[in-house]
Amino acid sequence: MATTVPGTMPIPSRPTRNHPPGEVRTCDTTGLTVCTTADKFVRYHAVSAVVFLAVGGVGAILLALTRWPAVHLLSAEWYYRVLTLHGLNMLIFWILNFEIALLYFLPTALLGTRLYSKALAWVGLALMTVGALLVDYVILVGDADVLMTSYVPLLAHPLFYLGVIVFAVGALVGVGNFFGTLYIAKRDHTYEGSMPLVVFGATAAAIIAVVTLLHGAVTLIPTFLWSIGLMDAPDPGWYRITWWGLGHMSQQVNVCAMVGVWYFLGTLTTGAKPLSESVCRGAFVLYILFINVASAHHILVDPGVGASWKIWNTSYAMYLAVLASMIHGFTVPASVEVAMRKKGYNQGLFGWLINAPWGNPGFSGFFFSLVIFGFGGGITGVVLGTQQINIMAHNTLRIPGHFHVTVVGGTTLAFMAVTYYVVPLVFRKEFYARTLCKIQPWLFAIGITMVGIGMSFAGSYGVPRRTWDAEHAGAAFPVGIDPGAHVMLGLMGIGALIAFTALLLYVGLVVAAVFFGRSNEGTKMQAWHIERDLKESVKREFEHEAGDHHVPGTVVLVGVFLASFVVYYFANWKWLADVWWVR
Amino acid sequence: MSKTGAEKVSPIQKLMDNPWLLLVLGVVLPTISYTVWGWIELWNLPKALLP
Repeated sequence: MATTVPGTMPIPSRPTRNHPPGEVRTCDTTGLTVCTTADKFVRYHAVSAVVFLAVGGVGAILLALTRWPAVHLLSAEWYYRVLTLHGLNMLIFWILNFEIALLYFLPTALLGTRLYSKALAWVGLALMTVGALLVDYVILVGDADVLMTSYVPLLAHPLFYLGVIVFAVGALVGVGNFFGTLYIAKRDHTYEGSMPLVVFGATAAAIIAVVTLLHGAVTLIPTFLWSIGLMDAPDPGWYRITWWGLGHMSQQVNVCAMVGVWYFLGTLTTGAKPLSESVCRGAFVLYILFINVASAHHILVDPGVGASWKIWNTSYAMYLAVLASMIHGFTVPASVEVAMRKKGYNQGLFGWLINAPWGNPGFSGFFFSLVIFGFGGGITGVVLGTQQINIMAHNTLRIPGHFHVTVVGGTTLAFMAVTYYVVPLVFRKEFYARTLCKIQPWLFAIGITMVGIGMSFAGSYGVPRRTWDAEHAGAAFPVGIDPGAHVMLGLMGIGALIAFTALLLYVGLVVAAVFFGRSNEGTKMQAWHIERDLKESVKREFEHEAGDHHVPGTVVLVGVFLASFVVYYFANWKWLADVWWVR
Repeated sequence: MSKTGAEKVSPIQKLMDNPWLLLVLGVVLPTISYTVWGWIELWNLPKALLP
């Protein structure tokens, strides 16, 4: 029988409430009930995700070495081909595969239920795999040099659109399986009361995924029919609005999943508990209701829609989602501070942070993800989404600068961090070369931060995005770019080399552990740092909220964040004021 | 907490405990605010006059 402590999260109930015989085990490390069927599909999707990450990563370094004018590696033809490959593999195939793995793992483990349907899991996996392989094949043979956005009237081979549709349907089947799992967990009373916060975060991600994938279908099915000659070309304005319902909303799935991973890793690495369950859940609800309208950022310079639509969707409604991010940005480090102070790390403002388990890749990856996403992605996102400022930044390298710190420095780094627990807990294999594992998140964080800064400031000098040659060599009149932009593109290139090294390290370490690692079946996973019993911390996470809210260090960090935000925001307004004379 | 207190659940908490209602709201709200409103704006756009 599940039990609930007042005002808190429930404790998962007995292991075999709805599991078929032989399809359940108890985790030796966390004590959680694990559905072995879900486990299997978590493994398949995680492996698939890492394969596509490797493909997208190779694309990333080729692109960075092309956009770095001192190297300028690829030809124009291959630049656009690889840009298409990189975008789809990184933003769609890697991340959505990993998210489906999380959507299978979190409810089954934390609600103590079985996976809803093995058949649906197979169908979803097969469709996602076939769709992604089809898309990659069509791109590599040169029949889809249309970039990830595939704006009409650019036309790719029909199999390109079909592949994306098949992949999206597969992901939708996986999301449906997640909702089915929630349904049977409730029906079979495997838990009572509210679901744990991390599962609630996954639910928010799944809801946003439904909106995303429906927009994908509405956009790409007519585009596919056009590509095979059964329809006229879709209206470009209509296509752009509707496509960004897929393109940007899919990144909001990442945000929700990433925040859920932050809470999960906070618990696993420091024993942190949310300061206020209700407030954190409320923040996820704000995401569900308002974050998706942020897609309008991409349409801010389109002439077909009016100012009311633009301002409502990028300001008034959108700021409620920004509020949610700021809530998470406060509660996540604050919960870590509370947990660390309770252990006795009370020295000064930042004793808790200095003494945090930085040698644990689960912690370092999660905390760097939080800082990079908040300081880099959050601040630039709000500023770039301001209609007046956007006119200076639209289609410059500032935009990729923003989303490389949100999606890569934020989501990808958080997913890398959680992998250091997924492999020992789900695959039940131990990592080799543990010193390299500990270094990897640091290296990736440094590299991707350099990439983000380099792109953002190069964009501020006017370097366009999606352009093979920033200097426009051979143009009818000299264009050129400022020498400062060269410095920034060099910084981006060096950062990309560092981040790519860390990515290769990650892929190599995961492959070595998954296929050749020492099994830990029957024993606890090898701890990343010597401190606590994970079983105890997971149990405590389910018991009650943190009662002590003494978090002076986090308050100072938040103050630094707000000051940075104000400076960057008003610097951009000043810059805008300097662009034209307004009389 | 008393039994009565434990049974009294606020409407906001009820909303947060109902993933199906959240799913409906999460699909409908952005679809109206972003997508449908955007399409309406495009459909109401007058045709450009050729010079």
